[in-house]
Amino acid sequence: MAVGSIQLEQKSGELRGLYEEAMQEGAEYQGLSEKEARYAASQWTMIWRRFRRNRFAMLGGVIVLIYYVLALFANFVAPYTLQTRFPKQTYLPPQPVYFFDEGTLRPYVYEVESSYDENLRRVFTRTDKKIHLEFFAKGEPYKLMGLFKTDVHLFQAPGGVVAILGTDRQGRDMFTRILIGGQISLTIGLVGVIMSLVLGTVLGIVSGYYGGLVDEIIQRLIEVVRAFPSIPLWMALSAAVPKDWSQIQTYFAITLILSLIGWTWLARQLRGVVLSLRESDYIMAARLAGASDSRIIFKHLVPATIGQIIVVATLSLPSMILAETALSYLGLGLRPPTTSWGVLLNEVQNLQSLALYPWVFSPAFVIVIVTVAFSFLGDGLRDAADPYTV
Amino acid sequence: MTNVAKSEKVMTAPAKKKDYGDPIVSVRGLKKHFPIKSGLIFQRETAAVKAVDGLDFDIFRGETLGLVGESGCGKSTTGRTILQLHRATSGTVNFEGTELTTLKGNSLREMRRKMQIIFQDPYASLNPRMSISRIISEPLVVHGIGSERDRQKRVEELLERVGLNPFFANRYPHEFSGGQRQRIGVARALALEPSFIVCDEPISALDVSIQAQVVNLLQDLQRDMGLTYLFIAHDLSMVRHICDRVAVMYLGKIVEMAESEELYTNPLHPYTQALLSAVPVPDPDVEENRQRIILKGDLPSPANPPVGCNFNTRCPVAIDVCFDWDPELIEVLPGHWVACHRVT
Repeated sequence: MAVGSIQLEQKSGELRGLYEEAMQEGAEYQGLSEKEARYAASQWTMIWRRFRRNRFAMLGGVIVLIYYVLALFANFVAPYTLQTRFPKQTYLPPQPVYFFDEGTLRPYVYEVESSYDENLRRVFTRTDKKIHLEFFAKGEPYKLMGLFKTDVHLFQAPGGVVAILGTDRQGRDMFTRILIGGQISLTIGLVGVIMSLVLGTVLGIVSGYYGGLVDEIIQRLIEVVRAFPSIPLWMALSAAVPKDWSQIQTYFAITLILSLIGWTWLARQLRGVVLSLRESDYIMAARLAGASDSRIIFKHLVPATIGQIIVVATLSLPSMILAETALSYLGLGLRPPTTSWGVLLNEVQNLQSLALYPWVFSPAFVIVIVTVAFSFLGDGLRDAADPYTV
Repeated sequence: MTNVAKSEKVMTAPAKKKDYGDPIVSVRGLKKHFPIKSGLIFQRETAAVKAVDGLDFDIFRGETLGLVGESGCGKSTTGRTILQLHRATSGTVNFEGTELTTLKGNSLREMRRKMQIIFQDPYASLNPRMSISRIISEPLVVHGIGSERDRQKRVEELLERVGLNPFFANRYPHEFSGGQRQRIGVARALALEPSFIVCDEPISALDVSIQAQVVNLLQDLQRDMGLTYLFIAHDLSMVRHICDRVAVMYLGKIVEMAESEELYTNPLHPYTQALLSAVPVPDPDVEENRQRIILKGDLPSPANPPVGCNFNTRCPVAIDVCFDWDPELIEVLPGHWVACHRVT
């Protein structure tokens, strides 16, 4: 403060230009102390700069991004559709893809033949026949992002089967099912988080801002909601979802259930922030200017807490995904033919699968990876969100 | 001891420096107690922090009334209670003939156009997420004054008025220095053309070189716009420089109030004497012989003030009566009020 004040008074325009130049060149501290550079950077610049330094958070962010891009283009990336079955290739183990054929880059898989052994169990034998993969090839028709009708897939194995993660009990490609199931699992989290954000933000800010009896009621409500054991509560709530509802209706009912429980954490956090902000000078100034409560809440308090809101959103997404998985695994959430990761895991609830066909558990690993990635991302955001402290 | 005795001798009527008109703010019996609650669910009020405990004073139109005292004595609470940012526990605040403590909703909002505040911390008083233009125009927007373009013009005028380049309007607070931010705070306070401004330690967070600039700005504005200030501070030499009258607070009460020259040359209350003895004198000869009155102990808790005179725990000249009776604020000389048994 002391360094800049007098100089700035006279030639702040000049200095500002200098700051911006330094920012753009990526030489943040060129000719400026770190303090001065921070002084000139915007809040978002500072958050980004701090976030970038955290490698785990960056890794998490990249993984999360890849997941959502894959979910968006799932039908294109997947070689088949949800309904495609290979009756002769049930429980086909993952097929290795060989990339180089006689020294040139030409990926192929070996054709497999199925037969029965003496116990009438299906066994697969690899033949010597190579099936070369074709890229951007025509396959089964689908609608890209539910809008554009097309039949081009990223890769196809003409005249054979390519199942890089194996097939399930009905001979459906696990890779395809995980990709397309991800669309629901990843978005159910988003919708659920947005709904719980709205609930948590409104109740948390109202609770902190008004205080008194309102605060008391909301806080006790939060305690009651948090005190419920979550799985029995989900069970009770999802039992209330009528069985004859359509897939879409069930989907929204499940997100509603998840968000009804998920908002308490955010509400608690925001209440604390608002309690201290409420007495801050700039809120006082706004009150003295005659601003109404709703103006103070929406123009001052919500923007001030947006950092916390984003962090909590990121950290609660994986728990939403896990919750959906848990519900569906227990058979209380989504039901086939709707496909999500939870539904995929629900279909393999037995020891036999684990012992004999371990690849059908691959959705679990997909979930673990995205959950960890979200946690890294959220932790990084939380550390970066308050850039004014060192 | 000797000081009190001496001051009793020079009790001659001082000439009134300024002719005061009608009071713009009249405070009578003002109290603000913050409840301390305990209990898990059914909270009971078990005690109260008596931040402001019975104030009577007037602020006259066009004057600067200084309010001094150590940290935690209730200066800021007084300012905020007058502005109804805290609602008074009891007592009245009369502003230009309107009783404020009972006002609510729209009528209170209308009255607030005429009274504003300048805060101590220029870093906390501006919303870091709003541009300067939005910060200064917020009062105008709330009161629905002018069109978008009018408001923009007004913001530029105000920025120029407080000595900032109007070109800065679209920048954010973090791009400014402390002194510049304080100017922005002043511009916001001026937006609604108030007649009365509470300056809540407006310079104590600033560098000394910037303090003078901001004080000069405040004085220029007072002269040009006929403003009335309640100037809360703990820098006694600055208060002497800019205030017409000064009130000294101790533990939620005014202990002495007089015109500033009178107060500085003839302090009567032992607390005021102790405060003034701590001010360094910019003259090496005088400074060498300056006798400091060191007060013993700390400020008692305002939740549990002493019986009798509030100051009796630290007073060097306390006598028996000081532990039994709370002295009243009495006008011992024209315009010079003191609450001390040893003086009255």
